[in-house]
Amino acid sequence: MVDCAPFARPVTSKPVNKPNTFRAGPDEHGRFGVFGGRFVAETLMPLILAVEQAYNEAKDDPKFAEQMDYYRKHYIGRPSPLYLAERLTQELGGAKIYLKREELNHTGSHKVNNCIGQILLAKRMGKTRIIAETGAGQHGVATATVAALFNLPCTVYMGEVDIARQQPNVFRMRLLGAEVVPVKSGTRTLKDAMNEALRDWVANVEDTFYIIGTVAGPHPYPAMVRDFQSVIGEEAKQQHHEAEGRLPDALVACIGGGSNAMGLFHPFLDDTSVEIYGVEAAGDGVETGRHAASITGGRPGVLHGNRTYLLQDADGQISDAHSISAGLDYPGIGPEHSWLHEIGRAQYVSATDQEALDAFQLLARVEGIIPALEPAHALAYLKKLAPKLGKNKTVILNLSGRGDKDIFAVAERLGTKL
Amino acid sequence: MTTRIERRFADLKAEGRAGLVVFVTAGDPDYASALDLVKALPGAGADVIELGMPFTDPMADGPAIQASSLRALKSGQTMKKTLAFVTEFRASDQKTPIVLMGYYNPIYSYGVEAFLKDALAAGVDGLIIVDLPPEEDTELCLPALEAGLNFIRLATPTTDDQRLPKVLTNTSGFVYYVSIMGITGTKSASDADIAKAVQRLKRHTDLPVAVGFGIKSAEQARAVAQEADAAVVGSAVVSRIADSLDANGKPKAGLKEHVLELVRDLAGGVRAAAKQRSAVA
Repeated sequence: MVDCAPFARPVTSKPVNKPNTFRAGPDEHGRFGVFGGRFVAETLMPLILAVEQAYNEAKDDPKFAEQMDYYRKHYIGRPSPLYLAERLTQELGGAKIYLKREELNHTGSHKVNNCIGQILLAKRMGKTRIIAETGAGQHGVATATVAALFNLPCTVYMGEVDIARQQPNVFRMRLLGAEVVPVKSGTRTLKDAMNEALRDWVANVEDTFYIIGTVAGPHPYPAMVRDFQSVIGEEAKQQHHEAEGRLPDALVACIGGGSNAMGLFHPFLDDTSVEIYGVEAAGDGVETGRHAASITGGRPGVLHGNRTYLLQDADGQISDAHSISAGLDYPGIGPEHSWLHEIGRAQYVSATDQEALDAFQLLARVEGIIPALEPAHALAYLKKLAPKLGKNKTVILNLSGRGDKDIFAVAERLGTKL
Repeated sequence: MTTRIERRFADLKAEGRAGLVVFVTAGDPDYASALDLVKALPGAGADVIELGMPFTDPMADGPAIQASSLRALKSGQTMKKTLAFVTEFRASDQKTPIVLMGYYNPIYSYGVEAFLKDALAAGVDGLIIVDLPPEEDTELCLPALEAGLNFIRLATPTTDDQRLPKVLTNTSGFVYYVSIMGITGTKSASDADIAKAVQRLKRHTDLPVAVGFGIKSAEQARAVAQEADAAVVGSAVVSRIADSLDANGKPKAGLKEHVLELVRDLAGGVRAAAKQRSAVA
């Protein structure tokens, strides 16, 4: 193929996006390539446009940036450490492993990075009520936390199945003053919680702000959540430079909707020497059909406001996702990930329930860190990747959450009665 | 070229009355029962049939229509079967307009071009796709209009005067006014709010205005028909289907009659409004 791009570029006095950047998206229609968009009911559309406008104004407002910095430092406890996991490195016998310690954030995961941003935006917009969906409960806890901090009533939708397997987080949310509404429709997991939150929003557009927990949903959510989470990658880049004097060779993060992964990946997208791996949940194995790997085992479709890779049947009906990890148990993925997959900038791989359980125990034993089941999937892939990369390489893994919430579910799987 | 929808609303106008739009999900509770029911709807007073294309995740619908959608899927309904359903209906009824209502993904999965071709061939007249706002018109709306189908858009209480022209631009057939902020089959709007909303829409468009969400009784249908060009009833109709199922979800003998009784009642309400209308005039 003849590359004629340099000649096709329009001559203009206005600054144009660098043609070779991976960080310019989305376009004005909220698209990353063909992915993304605003596929929502008309009742929500004016509000979606208002959120977009408010977010654009906030981005340009130094006071908003100041507020963000304040809460990141004094409330969340940022920056989170980039920790050289020497024993894990030794154990896996390959690349030098750095863990980005997002599990040390207030509330125990990366989710709060986004929630602080969105609740500050909700306050700017004069909204007086907060709603959210949650799977593992990490986003629900983070949302309930910021709602308590800013004194706004908060309703969290959570599938009945997830409520049963994430009791500690349900109790946490209630302690924080949130109302947790069990969702009984559909498969009673994260996707149904999102349906129910959208239904609530349609009925309460005037006073309610919907804090979406991942880089999915209608534009501007995928871009906005990414921006709020990009602090992970920005810090990691600087911290790795301080430690090694160069860029890392690879990044690894788990993916449900993909917010912790996008937060780590995005600041590195244009550093093309850095290999990027997103790890989806393969459940019982992608070949069994019982999994949550949207890219590995799905195809493009439209759900929850955006076009992206989805688990669906031949007729376009959404399939159930299956994963030991409630936070990854979602049949879709953020649209920007779908785009990065299609253009080949990031590799999307998967890890099974069993591999994640093994990695969960490994990290506890060799580093004294109990990870959440979600990043345990990333750790599972790291076990394969680190030896392959070799000793003179470095890799950053996003340790997106801590495992306290998962000990009951893991104990049950391991046959231990608590 | 005029469509069955446009002809039907012209006829209703000539008769001096509002229409009744009845929603049923294709394949609820099963293909044969639903087809038998839908074939009988025009005789019971339905002027337009809004046929639901079932979807696993109907985000803008309340519990009644969610359940209806899931019943249809459970009985094996697919997009192909929904189009075959329309073909079979058309074999015995050439006049009653059929509007397919649903969500975009099953159409996107089928392929937009193939869907439009097959829908036209089946005798579909219009589309209502809940999750395709004007911002996404290039996806389906413009190709559908090009193909000769009506694309019926929802206008809502949140669609303000500034946004309304954008919503109306590529709308055809009729405008569907969602009278409440919320999901189907939950709240009901007040008569005064509906009157005001219809008047506002009429200032912006010559298209017929249908009003739906929350209409459950003949009296509510009458009140809406007083102001609008049609009343849309969905949740109340599919709830009658839900009422007529046995413990295994199989239709009981009286299902069709139980639904038609409501439809006749609603049609009576709509027609009563017509009498008052002409009495005023």
